[in-house]
Amino acid sequence: MKRAVPWLLTFVAGALMINDFFVPHRTHAAITQELQQWGLIVVAFTYVLGMANVFDLHFKKIRRGSSEALYSIVLVGSMLGMAALGIFHDHQGEHSPFIWLYNTVYDPLSATMFALLAFFITSAAYRAFRARSTEAVLLLSAAILVMLGQVPVGAAIWGPDSFLGGFPGLKDWIMDVPNLAGKRAILMGAALGAISTGIRVILGLERAHLGGGK
Amino acid sequence: MTARRSWRERLEFIDRRWLFLILAFAIVLPLVVDLPLPLYVSPMVQDLYDAIEDLPDGSTVLISADYDPSGKPELEPFHLALIHQLAEKKVKMVMYSLWPAATPITEAVLAEAGLTTDYGYRKDVDYVLLGYKEGQQIAMRSIQKSLKGTFPVDRDGTPSNEIPLLQHYDTYTDFAMLINVSAGSPGVKEYVQNVQSITGVPMVAACTAVSGPDYVPYYKAGQLLGLAAGMKGAAEYEKLVGRPGLAMAGMSAQSASHILLIAFIVFGNVMYFLARRSGGAR
Repeated sequence: MKRAVPWLLTFVAGALMINDFFVPHRTHAAITQELQQWGLIVVAFTYVLGMANVFDLHFKKIRRGSSEALYSIVLVGSMLGMAALGIFHDHQGEHSPFIWLYNTVYDPLSATMFALLAFFITSAAYRAFRARSTEAVLLLSAAILVMLGQVPVGAAIWGPDSFLGGFPGLKDWIMDVPNLAGKRAILMGAALGAISTGIRVILGLERAHLGGGK
Repeated sequence: MTARRSWRERLEFIDRRWLFLILAFAIVLPLVVDLPLPLYVSPMVQDLYDAIEDLPDGSTVLISADYDPSGKPELEPFHLALIHQLAEKKVKMVMYSLWPAATPITEAVLAEAGLTTDYGYRKDVDYVLLGYKEGQQIAMRSIQKSLKGTFPVDRDGTPSNEIPLLQHYDTYTDFAMLINVSAGSPGVKEYVQNVQSITGVPMVAACTAVSGPDYVPYYKAGQLLGLAAGMKGAAEYEKLVGRPGLAMAGMSAQSASHILLIAFIVFGNVMYFLARRSGGAR
């Protein structure tokens, strides 16, 4: 029973959503619309679950007084503070404290974290991108050509009106031919994998998502 | 006592903070000193611009802005130029986001573009901001059935059924175009797979540079009418719209950083081969 009911629910929901692609009937559409609304509500509840999990993890760290307890206090305090401002205070307009914190704390911190990538890439470029094999040489050559074709300085060195379209032309060829072929192959493979996994889940052949082993 | 390192070893194992410092200079210097460089417009961005330019004046588009502050340097310049192009054509806009941190960015972009102040757009009549909806692909599929059902109220709490602009628009196919400004998932890939391929709605997109190669197959298949990838794509689009902004300003810095990275790759490999020749490479 514990397994049969979840599987039956999975089967009905999955079959209805697949049929939705092929059955243009109004009643069927109304049912799937309702199911999607349920889905949106369930997803919203996962936020509550996620918050409970974060609290549980970080309160444990704070109680233990570990070296990372300070970070946990900042995280929990920030989360509660932003949530309280969003719920109990106006969260729109330049003068709202929520937007002020968004603009002055969250926005620059988030952008800074992402910008750090450039520094890690620089370090990796110097230390890790080694031409150890023929494949690595091909990869490095393609990377250098695309990097040059991607920025205006590449066009300034060897412009698009020159032989082979210059660096921009070579970059476009790499992106449109070998890259496109590879990406299409990956997309098709992933799509076939997703279809087969979906069918296995709906038919109950794949039950890992129900928990308790295979 | 440790053995004295040779100059080659010292360069090979250089403190990475020196590399960071050189990169910081390479990025900051071109932002201070103006370096005029030619900007080549790629066919993908030209097609994007043309697709929007071909929209009949006064038509209505749906814009899904799905990015957060980490994607702002690459996508906000495009977003801003997009609003200018659409506003100059008097195209009406219905906007929402499937990313929680995106709505304040959209509000800031609309204010910076002067949508209400300079272009005279009226809220709920010429444009609608529906805000954020959780649910990712489920939300996308739900909008296909009913936009007003998915967003019962707009950003300000006005019931969707009472918004004049939405009286005749409720599903993707009611709109002249779907425009997605996306920094990841849910974004372009999910919209093409769950919406465009099913409804056939004309779609264009802007994405981060790292996602660009993933979406080229959709552009080549005609599922995307145009695509602007990364800050370079945004700069090309700014050039076409005639609104030079942060993306075009950032091209010199991006050029310098790319050249520096290439130099580091080449130099690192020279060190590697020298070390291998002397029997020290791993």
